[in-house]
Amino acid sequence: MTLTVEAKTRLGNFSLDVSFTSEQGVTALFGRSGSGKTSVIRMISGLSRLDQGRIALDGDVIVDTARGIHQPPHRRRFGYVFQEARLFPHLDVRKNLNYGRWFAPKNARPDNFDQIVELLGIGGLLDRRPGRLSGGEQQRVAIGRALLSSPRLLLMDEPLAALDESRKSEVLPYLERLRDELGLPIVYVSHSVAEVARLADRVVLMKDGRIEATGTASEVLRGLGGEMREAASVLSGTVEEVDQVHRLARVQTGAGALLVPAEQAQVGKTVRVLVPARDVMIATVKPEGLSALNILSGTVERIDADGEGMIGVRIICGSETVLARITAFSGGVLGLAPGQAVFAAIKTAALERR
Amino acid sequence: MLVSLPFGILVALALARGKFWGKSILNGIVHLPLILPPVVTGFILLVLFGRRGVIGAFLDQYLGIVLSFRWTGAALACGVMGFPLMVRSIRLSIEAVDAKLEEAAGTLGASPAFVFMTVTLPLILPGIIAGAILSFAKAMGEFGATITFVSNIPGETQTLSAAIYTFTQVPGGDAGALRLTIVAIIISMAALLASEFMAYMVGKRTRLE
Repeated sequence: MTLTVEAKTRLGNFSLDVSFTSEQGVTALFGRSGSGKTSVIRMISGLSRLDQGRIALDGDVIVDTARGIHQPPHRRRFGYVFQEARLFPHLDVRKNLNYGRWFAPKNARPDNFDQIVELLGIGGLLDRRPGRLSGGEQQRVAIGRALLSSPRLLLMDEPLAALDESRKSEVLPYLERLRDELGLPIVYVSHSVAEVARLADRVVLMKDGRIEATGTASEVLRGLGGEMREAASVLSGTVEEVDQVHRLARVQTGAGALLVPAEQAQVGKTVRVLVPARDVMIATVKPEGLSALNILSGTVERIDADGEGMIGVRIICGSETVLARITAFSGGVLGLAPGQAVFAAIKTAALERR
Repeated sequence: MLVSLPFGILVALALARGKFWGKSILNGIVHLPLILPPVVTGFILLVLFGRRGVIGAFLDQYLGIVLSFRWTGAALACGVMGFPLMVRSIRLSIEAVDAKLEEAAGTLGASPAFVFMTVTLPLILPGIIAGAILSFAKAMGEFGATITFVSNIPGETQTLSAAIYTFTQVPGGDAGALRLTIVAIIISMAALLASEFMAYMVGKRTRLE
């Protein structure tokens, strides 16, 4: 399934002009607040109209302003998970979940209620009222409700933004399972590097209503260069070993072996490791007596200055590129230059398992 | 009152959500009976719905419905007088409904009509009940518009208030007036209790339990 979006719209002073395609898997619309991500996803869902453009899912033209086509939201069958859960307060959880099923066409109504309830871990909540659920539980029910309407596409607008850190880590694994088990195309809006690195197959980077870059998560996040505080490298690798005593997992990546906090890592599983650029230190000689566990050797590929006293250093380590963000001052003291052999020290705690 | 309820919901919906030319005029017309002297409202009804009135003549000729000096006319007068109260109450509750919930229902595949039936209507039920009770209470006390429009014919167009008034005009009618007063109090009390109870039942379902 391929979703094609070409849209131009003016919203007051803000003009939006985007064009991208989204394939199977998770496409993340990524950018700062106010970059127009939510406007785009609302246009895809039909909750907002666009001035000019075309939206199509495979051969089904959903919007085409040139031909005057505009399907209303309820005919599109795109599941939408909002920032806040938006559960119906007058219905219990089971009825909330079943709400969309009434309207789904008969032939597209798989008997997957139990599967989805199990997937999201909401079996114990079915007879409760939404008002009595915690934020994380509400959001899981909202995801289930969207899934059970048998959508052709799932739109998620920062579904974790309204949750605190511990609730986020409660819901995130369910999103991963969803992606891996249901094979439904997902458009995921987020401004969080960590979420995008963990979930997205493709990333569309937005800025001021325009698309800055598209590509895989690691390409786009690395491409943020020195300019963004949240720039990061995403390394994928295989779990080789889990040390239960120290709760560390050893992940073999293209850049070398890394020790990562284990959580529930399984040996042999493919994972992504997020390395925020600001947590990478650079040394010209192999450092010793350092608390950072991961030291990779590589060569400097490029140095970008951000003009605010910080530099982004791209270091080629094996088959991967690791990005470091350090002060221009220390870059000068070290005498960094492209082609130079360096060591990148990464704080273990900074690594995130996918 | 029962007949006016669907109209009340419709008008309230238009006033709460609609954006159209003449909205404030519609709003004004709906609220007019609340401000105008009831006798004036009754006279307007007589002009419009009387046997020779614009609408009355049409109804008489083509549908055989005569409203003036019949109980149906009394019901119409009471309905019109209670209408603004009902619309106000329903409109306020519609405005209190979170439009985000309706959006969510739309993305789940519900057409606007279904969204209204399954989400909006259940959520505004307390407002509808309150509006209906208010309008019923108004109808009970309705006097001026009714007496002007359909007169005060015992057994046909006499409202409770009009009946009490009639008793008080007759020597020795105090006992009858008192009896009716007690009836009025009982009906009012029962209506209020019923509305409280229904609102409580609805609230129990809607609120956090």
